[in-house]
Amino acid sequence: MKTVVVVGNGMVGFKFCEKFVAQSDTSSYRLIVFGEEPRVAYDRVHLSEFFEDGDAERLRLAPRSWYEQNRIELHTHERVSDIDNDVKTVTTSKGKSVAYDYLVLATGSVPFVPPIRGVEKNGVFVYRTIEDLQDTLAYAATIKGGKAAILGGGLLGLEAAKAVMDMGLEPHVVEFAPKLMPRQLDSRGSRVLQVKLESMGIHIHLSKATNQILGNGKITGMEFGEDDILNVDMLVISAGIRPRDELGKSAGLTMGTRGGIVVNNRMETSDPHILAIGEVALYNQMIYGLVAPGYEMAQVAVDRILGKQESVMATEIDMSTKLKLIGVDVASFGTPFMPPEKGHSIIFENKTESLYKRINVSHDGKRLLGGILVGEAEDYNMLLQMYQNEMSLPEHPEVLIIGGRGEGGTSFGSAMDLPDTAVVCSCEAVTKGAICSSVLDDGNENIKLVAKATKAATGCGGCKPMVADLITESLKTIGKTLRVNLCEHFDYSRQELFDIVKLRGIQDYDELLDTVGKGHGCEVCKPAIAAIFASIYNETANRQSTIQDTNDRYLANIQRNGTYSVVPRVAGGEITPKQLIAMGRIAEKYDLYTKITGGQRIDMFGAKLHELPLIWEELIKEGFETGQAYGKSLRTVKSCVGSTWCRYGMDESVSFAVEIENRYKGIRSPHKFKGGVSGCIRECAEARGKDFGFIAVEGGWNVYVGGNGGANPKHAILLAEKVAKETAITYVDRFIMFYIKTALPLQRTAPWLEKLEGGITYLQNVIINDSLGIVDELDAEMQALVDSYKCEWTEAVETPEIRERYTHFVNSEETDDNIEFVSLRAQKMPKAWV
Amino acid sequence: MIASLNLYETVPAEDVKIWFKAAAISKFPKNGGACIKYKDKQVAIFNFTRKNAWYACQNLCPHKMEMVLSRGMIGDENLEPKVACPLHKNNFSLKTGKHLNGDLEAIATYPVKIEDGFVYVGFSE
Repeated sequence: MKTVVVVGNGMVGFKFCEKFVAQSDTSSYRLIVFGEEPRVAYDRVHLSEFFEDGDAERLRLAPRSWYEQNRIELHTHERVSDIDNDVKTVTTSKGKSVAYDYLVLATGSVPFVPPIRGVEKNGVFVYRTIEDLQDTLAYAATIKGGKAAILGGGLLGLEAAKAVMDMGLEPHVVEFAPKLMPRQLDSRGSRVLQVKLESMGIHIHLSKATNQILGNGKITGMEFGEDDILNVDMLVISAGIRPRDELGKSAGLTMGTRGGIVVNNRMETSDPHILAIGEVALYNQMIYGLVAPGYEMAQVAVDRILGKQESVMATEIDMSTKLKLIGVDVASFGTPFMPPEKGHSIIFENKTESLYKRINVSHDGKRLLGGILVGEAEDYNMLLQMYQNEMSLPEHPEVLIIGGRGEGGTSFGSAMDLPDTAVVCSCEAVTKGAICSSVLDDGNENIKLVAKATKAATGCGGCKPMVADLITESLKTIGKTLRVNLCEHFDYSRQELFDIVKLRGIQDYDELLDTVGKGHGCEVCKPAIAAIFASIYNETANRQSTIQDTNDRYLANIQRNGTYSVVPRVAGGEITPKQLIAMGRIAEKYDLYTKITGGQRIDMFGAKLHELPLIWEELIKEGFETGQAYGKSLRTVKSCVGSTWCRYGMDESVSFAVEIENRYKGIRSPHKFKGGVSGCIRECAEARGKDFGFIAVEGGWNVYVGGNGGANPKHAILLAEKVAKETAITYVDRFIMFYIKTALPLQRTAPWLEKLEGGITYLQNVIINDSLGIVDELDAEMQALVDSYKCEWTEAVETPEIRERYTHFVNSEETDDNIEFVSLRAQKMPKAWV
Repeated sequence: MIASLNLYETVPAEDVKIWFKAAAISKFPKNGGACIKYKDKQVAIFNFTRKNAWYACQNLCPHKMEMVLSRGMIGDENLEPKVACPLHKNNFSLKTGKHLNGDLEAIATYPVKIEDGFVYVGFSE
């Protein structure tokens, strides 16, 4: 039995363990891991997410039980303090002594704290560990609303700025260089990023050398030069990293002149029994602060210990990165800055939309050498592949950055055009060939199975769309389409189940499960099938209440503390003063928090379960009806005032919006859907950001479909131009019905349209030219839904059996005593989650 | 009052000292749940009609400490009966309380019996 001791339980140290136990021939090894931090290894790359919910567990790479299952002896909170390489033993901070055959140093790095006068003052922090963040958070709580500086405008510094902003402080980024992210971006790209960040409330100070930190005991400001002072209440230092190499030094290993333990391409230090990986290792005279090279080093070190001679580290390490910084995509790959003698650059810049794209192309125009993307990095994966595989470029390479905009087309070929050796997942080094072979040879026909078999898309997840495309395309080559079974209880897709329910006239969930399903259902199939019943029979959520998601079951939106919110319909956003007064009176009576929603209506929060029928009874008396804000159904149709009031209006957008919202209200669908109506091309109603939109133009209405806001904003695409109102409604009727019948569960119209083979042209053929011969059917189905609308809240308050459901306890009149509110700007909000 | 996980501990059938008469069967929807109060505890009871079985567990979801599990959808995964929390869809086994799609602490479960149209939950104190 040989012993491998790993020093450090960070991301790279963990990856070493994972790769080690994944090998078949490691059973004769004992693996012992020492970590200095109290926690098991966690995802430092996503540290700023810790601020969002304070959930440290979510960042964990694997639970303790994983180490046990893999027979890894893990000692956290125990630092290795000494190495004796003569007798091959390490000593720990707890006085333990352990002998090794191989020692792997994965000690990582510490933040570099520049020797500035006053840096020891209270209120000065670094940004590296969860403990650092907790200290920073605790201090931030004492200076509420104050200002905080971040020293360093690199990757990590900007992440820290976001964290500081989330703490409610005013962030000021101070950078020594004349630009942000000096390692990744050129000056122009950096300026675009700066403008964007400033618009979000982050103050940027460039070309500033800090002379000293001001304050008596605790920080009150920073001094850059004479009379150049920035007053701040806190400082977070993020000025780069220094390798944690003191163990290497004391063990007499060969060190770099500026730190780091020197390794060769097999990760061996000057003592062949000691390997170093990650940010402590100096390879090619460089410290690599990215995760991907660290993971590769971990693999090479595993192979070295197991005697696999052929595995060596590449000479040139790819430093390409893509990340989402405070909601802004930033990417750089290959040679981002290029001397003119090697090639020329094509640059696209649009400051109003905060977009900057640059690609560097060889002089003969045949090869991509590198590039920078700011503001939108959707094409990063394909560009990176073209660069890495030296693929030939299109005749006019500029289409790579300016093509594909607007009409939904793309200038790239299919992912299948990549060579088999192309590395698709760089975190786990999985090639296109491996992914396709996993599909075709091993029968892994969906992304879950492929990820399990190859580990592709299990790291940062950035390659997921490309892996999914490769699976779909590989299956197509053998004449198969991807099976999208609803869940383990039904071997059918949503569309197939829709047809089964309709053709066989099945009315109940249990009946469907007994005839074509198996088992007892789950939280995936129940609400999906509930939506199918609703779309076919227009039954409300009240009849089969236990197959509904909680929001549908109680006809209200569940909120953070288990209370609900109430949203009456305000069609088109048009509301009378009398209605406003009524709503205000009811909200006041039940002590509800009120807010205007993005869909031009009013949301009332904080209702306890038993209060819902009481509140609705009063609302209904005042003439309101349910707004279905809880449903996967029509939400709102937003409008501008149009020609009724606006001097630019071309048509009556409010009247149209009211009419169309009342037409589609109550219709349930695979996901929520929204509409918009604008009275002119100024588009104040943002109709192109909706699932369907109408814009008044000279001579009629333009009809748009398939847009949405949210996480992946998409502009809706033009379906028909200058049509009469009645025609516009017919087209959208058919569009919605076709979507309802064929989409996947929880798929909105934009991704549905994107995946629709033939895209918008096909859709136009189906619903305008009737290429499938189904428009009469679609029209009839939609009309049936419109005609059978009823307000489900009226049904609920009028039916005693339904009303009875609105009680917290079935054996007591008491209410939930776990609900606590705190006050907020003259209203209330739920007490924060701990 | 702030909910505490310490209040909830699984009661094995053999440890039952008190059978608490919770409510009539009709108070619990078919294939769904409802919440009852026993002393200072909130307990979710599920009427799993499809399996002809009853289950009880703490109403408190250990993820964000909210009293909501009784409002979750029930079902099964590889034959294991489960409830999905309505807030973030954390799944817990109704038999063992084990967290099925992550590694939160297991939730407490309680024995249930039906007599004369009433639902009884077993407690040890």
